[in-house]
Order: sequence, then structure tokens, then C-alpha cells
Amino acid sequence: MALPRITSPHATGSNRTRQVMLLVLAATLPGVLALTWLYGAGTLINLLWASTVALAVEALLLRLRQRPVRFFLADGSALVTAVLLALALPPYAPWWLTLIAVGGAIAFGKQLYGGLGQNPFNPAMIGYVVVLISFPLEMTTWPATHAFGPVDAFSHIFGIASLPDGWSQATALDVLKINQSLTVAELWQNPAFGHYGGIGSEVVNLAFLAGGLFMLHKRLFSWHAPVGMLGALVLMSLIFWNGSGSDSNGSPVFHLLTGATMFGAFFIVTDPVSGATSTLGRLIFGAGVGILVYVIRAWGGYPDAMAFAVLLMNLAAPTIDYYTRPRTYGHRKPERGFKLGE
Amino acid sequence: MSNPSLRELTRNGLWKNNPALVQLLGLCPLLGVSNSAVNALGLALASMLVLTCSNIAVSLVRGVVNTAVRLPAFVMIIAALTTCIELLMQAFTYELYQILGIFIPLITTNCVILGRADGFAAKHNPLLAGYDGFIMGIGFGVVLVVLGALRELFGTGAVFANLDLLLGPIAADWQLTLVEDYKGFLLAILPPGAFIVLGLLIALKNRIDQQLAERATAAQPVATPAPSRRVRVTGAIE
Repeated sequence: MALPRITSPHATGSNRTRQVMLLVLAATLPGVLALTWLYGAGTLINLLWASTVALAVEALLLRLRQRPVRFFLADGSALVTAVLLALALPPYAPWWLTLIAVGGAIAFGKQLYGGLGQNPFNPAMIGYVVVLISFPLEMTTWPATHAFGPVDAFSHIFGIASLPDGWSQATALDVLKINQSLTVAELWQNPAFGHYGGIGSEVVNLAFLAGGLFMLHKRLFSWHAPVGMLGALVLMSLIFWNGSGSDSNGSPVFHLLTGATMFGAFFIVTDPVSGATSTLGRLIFGAGVGILVYVIRAWGGYPDAMAFAVLLMNLAAPTIDYYTRPRTYGHRKPERGFKLGE
Repeated sequence: MSNPSLRELTRNGLWKNNPALVQLLGLCPLLGVSNSAVNALGLALASMLVLTCSNIAVSLVRGVVNTAVRLPAFVMIIAALTTCIELLMQAFTYELYQILGIFIPLITTNCVILGRADGFAAKHNPLLAGYDGFIMGIGFGVVLVVLGALRELFGTGAVFANLDLLLGPIAADWQLTLVEDYKGFLLAILPPGAFIVLGLLIALKNRIDQQLAERATAAQPVATPAPSRRVRVTGAIE
């Protein structure tokens, strides 16, 4: 009898890059549907345009770097970056904004570092920050919750004709940030607010939560990073809640269901490349993101902070990994860092 | 030590050993003030003057200064020259002097200048040292101005705005608007833009070098090495 001699790991093909990326794409579906239902066809056009740009830029750079184009395009990682970025951008962002963001993400965030697996920063967040600090006006123009048809959306995005006046409104985080004198109860009369969080964004957050739980069920990532992030955000917003007066920073529920919270917790913080590696490290990494998100939301200059928080923690990830490397069986725990007297 | 020829010095300063693209010296002012062409040009001229004069001065005192105290002595010379330039700029280009701010006194600590003083001027005669300082200054300045112009172009869609701050009223309308009604790409003007554009310039230089080397090897037929007599376990056996 001929026994097949195959060495470990005895894994089936379920964790190949392509498979993982396709599952991530599938998990964005609830979020995509929610965004489209609330804000109209702009999201879908953004998605298509961003994917086209991402694949084109990736192919071009792979060619320049003399790597196999078809092989790396087929792993779907560029597509995931494009989709995540398109979901993070405002639904009616002009075409050149998406072009710069996606081009920056793929070229500067990923390929210049050496391609998939080599990037120290999350490429989607690099692209987001590039356009956020360059074009603050366009990046903070979110539509009010009413749907536009695909033709209107297309002509607005590609600069042929504008949407009717009043199509955009401030988001709940904006309103809370610039609020000077209104108590929370008065603030809630503002059309930017919904039942628990920002109008629209509460539904979107729940949809991304559903997608995230699906990925968790499929074991695409462990629970540590998202739980660390959401836990730290809840803890921070509990400590600094400050009641319902005009100087309130918003309740924990508000912070969980507003802005990019769930999207970030399940789709961005869980990036296996740019985040921390060990389980304890992921917990710390997630908690760091959560704390930074709250700090920037409450006291910083920008209404939402997911991209900045993730990039800052990406910088810290190697250090976190250095100090949280688990003990190898049969070895003593290595002593790390500097000690006095050495 | 044999004296290098002027031709060799020129080649080194402008291309082969360019202080900004190859030695990566003086990055602080290079990245700090290159957000517009006029700022870059102002600092480039100031650095070049200091570099030339300090090289000559260091070369003149090279036989007198004890090796143990040479660095403080060189820094004193450079600082004195920087002060002269600073006072000159204050007198003639006051607005630019205010814009460049701390970066003018910081010329003293520019590594290019100290590097050339210690590495070249202290070992060669004043004529060669002066020429080396001048050409290194040009090499540094050209990169600085190109970087400034590119960042200004990407950031605002126009180049050479406000050149009158440096060159007087003739240059007031020398601004070149390449793209009308440009949105303004703020990233290029902010610090990340400096790193990205400098990185691209270095990559471009390396690429050109690579291409030149390829062309040179393609022009000459490669002499095939004699086959090895020994049995080798690694590497190619011809």
C-alpha cells in the first residue's frame, strides 16, 4: 500500500489568498446594500470605478516591477483594497478623488513597498488619508439620506451635471463636533441624527457588523482585534461621556453606531498584513485603534478618525509584536527591552 | 593625496556623488523648504554661497588647525559665513528671509557643508576646494529647486509664484500657471509630499544610471571568463 507522504500543514485549500479575498468581498455585501438603499447609486458607481482603477494601476505597477501580472491580479487583494476604499469614500465623491485615492493606495501604499504582504500600512487607509488631507471639502460632503437614480449619480460623479442643491448634509459627528450650546436632546432634533447614531450611518454600521460576524464565523480572523477596538471605544466613551449637556462627547451607543466604527473594526483593523500578529498583540492593537479613534473624535481636528488611528497603530505594530511574542513550548519567556543597570 | 581633475569634481558634484540624491545629506532643509520654487531657490543660493566660501576658508586654515579641534573650528567658520548670508538676506530679501525663517541659521548645521569641509577642503588647496564647494552647492541647489518646483506644481498647479521676493520686481509676473482652476493637491505641499517626490527623484536617477550602465555593457562585448578547473558545488560552471 502506498501511503502518500505529505508533510504538515495538512490544510485544505480553504485559506488561499483568493478564497479569503472573495469571502471578504462577500462580507461587504450587506454594507453595500445598506449604502445603496440609503444614498442611491453613487456607492455602486464608486465601487465599479474604484475597482477598475485598482486593477489597472496594479497591473501597470506589476508590469513595471516585472512580476507576473495575471497571477497577482487573480488573488483579488487589489479588488478588496478598492472595494474597502470605495465604501469609505463619500458616495458621490468626484471621479478624480477616487482615482487619486485608489492610485495612491495601490501604488504608494502597496506596490512600492513590494506588493501583497510587504506593506507596513493598510493600503486602503493610506489612499483615504491622501485624499482626506488634500481635499477636505470633497471628503466631508456626505449626501443626505435620499436616493438618486443611476443617471443623476453618474453625471454628478463624472462632472457632467451636479445634483440638485441641498443634496449634502453634515454628518452626526460633524454636528456633535461643532456644537457649542445645544444639549444632546436638542441636538437630536437635527436631521443628521437617527435613532441611536447618525441617520443612515446607524443602519450602515449594523450592516457592516453583520458582514463582520459572517467573516468571524468563517474564521477569516480571530475575535481579538475587533473586540479590542470596540471595547476600548466603549470604555473611552463611557469614561468621557459627560452626560447630555452641550459639552457631551456622545454616548457609547452613539459612538458604536456612527461613522466608520463597525467598518473599521471588522474590515480594517483585522488586516493580517499591517496589524499585529500574536493574539495578545491583536488585542492591544485593536484597543489602541479604539482609544485613538475616540481621542481624535472627541478632541481632535477631524470628525472621524478611523484612518488616522489605524495608520498610527500600524506604525506601532512591530513594537507590539516584539513585546507580545508568545513563549515557545519548552523555552523560557525571553526578556525584552532595556533594564536599569545594564 | 592626488588632486582630482576639475572634470571629475564636476561629475561628482552634479551627478555621481550628488549631495542630495546620492549622499542624502542636508535632508532637513531639503525637505523643509522645498514647498515652493522661490523658497527652494533662496535657500539653494544661500547654501551654495556658504559652501563655496567655507570650503575656501577651511582649505586656507588646513595647515594651521590641529586635527583634534578641527570640527569646532570648521563649525565656527561655517557659522560666521552663515551669519553673513543671513544678514545679507535680511537686508535685501526681507520677506524671503522671514519665510525661510529658522532654515537660514540652520545652514550652519547642514551636513553637506561640514561633510565637504572635513572630507575635501581640509585635504586640498583653496582653488580646488572652492570649486568643489561651488559645484556641490550647484548639485544640491538644482535638486532643491527641482523638488520645490515639482511640489509647487503638484500642490497648486503653478510654478515660480512670488519670484519677486528673491529677484526683485522684474520677476513679479513670472508665475507659470500650467493648470487653470486647479483644486490644489495639498499633500504635495505638506511634508509627506517632500519625501514622496524626493524618493521618486532618487528612483529616477538610479533608473537612468542603470540604463547607462546597461548601454555601456551592451556596447562592449563581454569577455567570457576562463572556465574553472576546480570542481565547484555552487555557482555556474561556464
